[in-house]
Amino acid sequence: MIEIKDLHKSYKVGKNSLHVLKGINFSVKEGELVSIMGSSGSGKSTLLNILGMLDEADQGSYNLDGVPIKNLNEKLAAQYRNKFLGFIFQSFNLINYKTALDNVALPLYYQGLPRGERMDRAMSYLEKVGLADWATHLPNELSGGQKQRVAIARALASHPKVLLADELTGALDTKTSYEIMDLVQQINDEGKTILVVTHEEDIAQMTKRIVNLKDGVIIDDKKVEPIRASAHV
Amino acid sequence: MFSLERWQEIFETISKNKLRTFLTGVSVASGIFILVVLLGIGEGMQNGVEIQFQRDAENKVSVTGGVTSLGYGGLNPGRDIQLVLDDFYTAVQTSDFDIEFQSPLYRVWSGLASNGSESGSYRLEGVHADYQFLEKASIINGRFINPLDQDLGTKNVVIGNRVKKDLFKEKDPIGEFITVSGVKFKVVGVYTDPGGERSEARIFMPLKTAQRIFGNGEDIRTISFTLPKVSDYDLALYQSQAFLKKIERQLRSKYNISPVDTSALYLSNNIESTKEIYTILSTMKLFFWGVGIATLFAGIIGVSNIMLIIVKERTKEIGIRKALGAVPMSIVGMVLHESIFVTALSGMFGLILGLLLLESVGPFIDTEFIVNPEVNFNVAVSTVIILIIAGAIAGFFPAWRGARIKPIDALRDE
Repeated sequence: MIEIKDLHKSYKVGKNSLHVLKGINFSVKEGELVSIMGSSGSGKSTLLNILGMLDEADQGSYNLDGVPIKNLNEKLAAQYRNKFLGFIFQSFNLINYKTALDNVALPLYYQGLPRGERMDRAMSYLEKVGLADWATHLPNELSGGQKQRVAIARALASHPKVLLADELTGALDTKTSYEIMDLVQQINDEGKTILVVTHEEDIAQMTKRIVNLKDGVIIDDKKVEPIRASAHV
Repeated sequence: MFSLERWQEIFETISKNKLRTFLTGVSVASGIFILVVLLGIGEGMQNGVEIQFQRDAENKVSVTGGVTSLGYGGLNPGRDIQLVLDDFYTAVQTSDFDIEFQSPLYRVWSGLASNGSESGSYRLEGVHADYQFLEKASIINGRFINPLDQDLGTKNVVIGNRVKKDLFKEKDPIGEFITVSGVKFKVVGVYTDPGGERSEARIFMPLKTAQRIFGNGEDIRTISFTLPKVSDYDLALYQSQAFLKKIERQLRSKYNISPVDTSALYLSNNIESTKEIYTILSTMKLFFWGVGIATLFAGIIGVSNIMLIIVKERTKEIGIRKALGAVPMSIVGMVLHESIFVTALSGMFGLILGLLLLESVGPFIDTEFIVNPEVNFNVAVSTVIILIIAGAIAGFFPAWRGARIKPIDALRDE
């Protein structure tokens, strides 16, 4: 599903160049649940941004579902993001003047779906994350866990190939974090490929594979037996 | 632009951001409102000036006797120059140009006229038949003084609408008799004059009659003419000046007036004043347009500012939308569409408000200088269109800047 070869990325900071990713080789198969771990500055967020086509690598190749991701203009990048990827952010990134339902329906708007179909599909995903009763509420009327559920529903609604989650439990307490991870595991059980960036060990242990990043290189890549989050809820 | 989806999106955004939309709208609406009211007042002033000016035929030239200010040919200054009827005929006979209308005038400044118990004091003017056209008077009822009246010196009068209202109220005055300074006259016509009330408070009678009853021999006050209209302004001006010059020369020699004495004869040439008035009018129009455009410009700056704030405020939202698959053009389209819609709607609101104000207050404005303030509808609509286009241009750069925002930066922006 994801194929990365010899990926390099550096940023200009003042006069100096900061080499963030120093040759990443990495692949993810369909249906995997992978966590990318590392301390801050390890390059994990940069890697996720490149995977999410929000940023471009300086060097190296990236194939997503057999499509080479290279030299994209903004328009094409936007269309690929819409078609291939679902994003889940630490700070939820819901549009605060739109209802939960409208937030979930937004990526479908950019897919050009007619309104009725958009709303039906958005509603079915809100049901899936258990928030059907909250469809008409605005984000600021929801708890942190509920907001993240809406964000997950939104990420799923466009039927992406891969879900990319950036510290998705970073703003949540432990109990809520496990509830969200339980939902993530359920979605993975249905076959969805999911990448989670985290620095929390317990969250990483709930995935099937842990990739450790340090100073821009992968130092460790191992399969683990995931701890079921439902056992802790 | 015509996609229903986009409209739904716009309405949703607007209804969720009522205050912001309202403020944008107010700046645009007040800009247009001020512009419309200003143009309305400008139009009113133009109407006022034109009416002032249209009291008489626009190509009328006339000569009135005055008082000499310089001694000449052994005669003292301070001498009254009293024109006589012969001066009129001489001017007509020696003219180098065809004359369209011509009339001498004898005037009594104030004469008491009465009909039964109703009475009033009016100007009495003895004239020839052509005077109607020199004065631009139009007959509402009956007829004007005709050549037969002049030949026979009949005691027929034509009264102004003001006089008719004072003396006859709602009654039909034609064929009725009025008493003027103790003499009975028969009313044969009622006229109206674009000069307004003051011009309608006059009583016209045949020159011969006026001279006989109120005058002194062949004395007259003023001689007036028009030359046939020519479409070329410069030619018309040249002809009228040459015509007037000749009369002036004859009168100066006849009455022994110094060639440099400017107060002995009052010469008036409406064609010359036409030019002055049109210069004043066009300057005034230019001024109002200048102020209007400046107001418009202020409105545009306001819209641009607010659009910039909107984009800034929505940076994160734009980042989210882009991460979810919004292409740059859809962001440009979204911001532009919203700004054009808001600008158009509030522009129309300001326009209607301005027009309503002019419609409701306009008729009650009672000065000679502002008459019937109104805005040419085409002008108003084109200003709205200009404002919309300008608003779109003003909104485009902020929108474009929004579209250039990298989602990765926008999402980091808290």
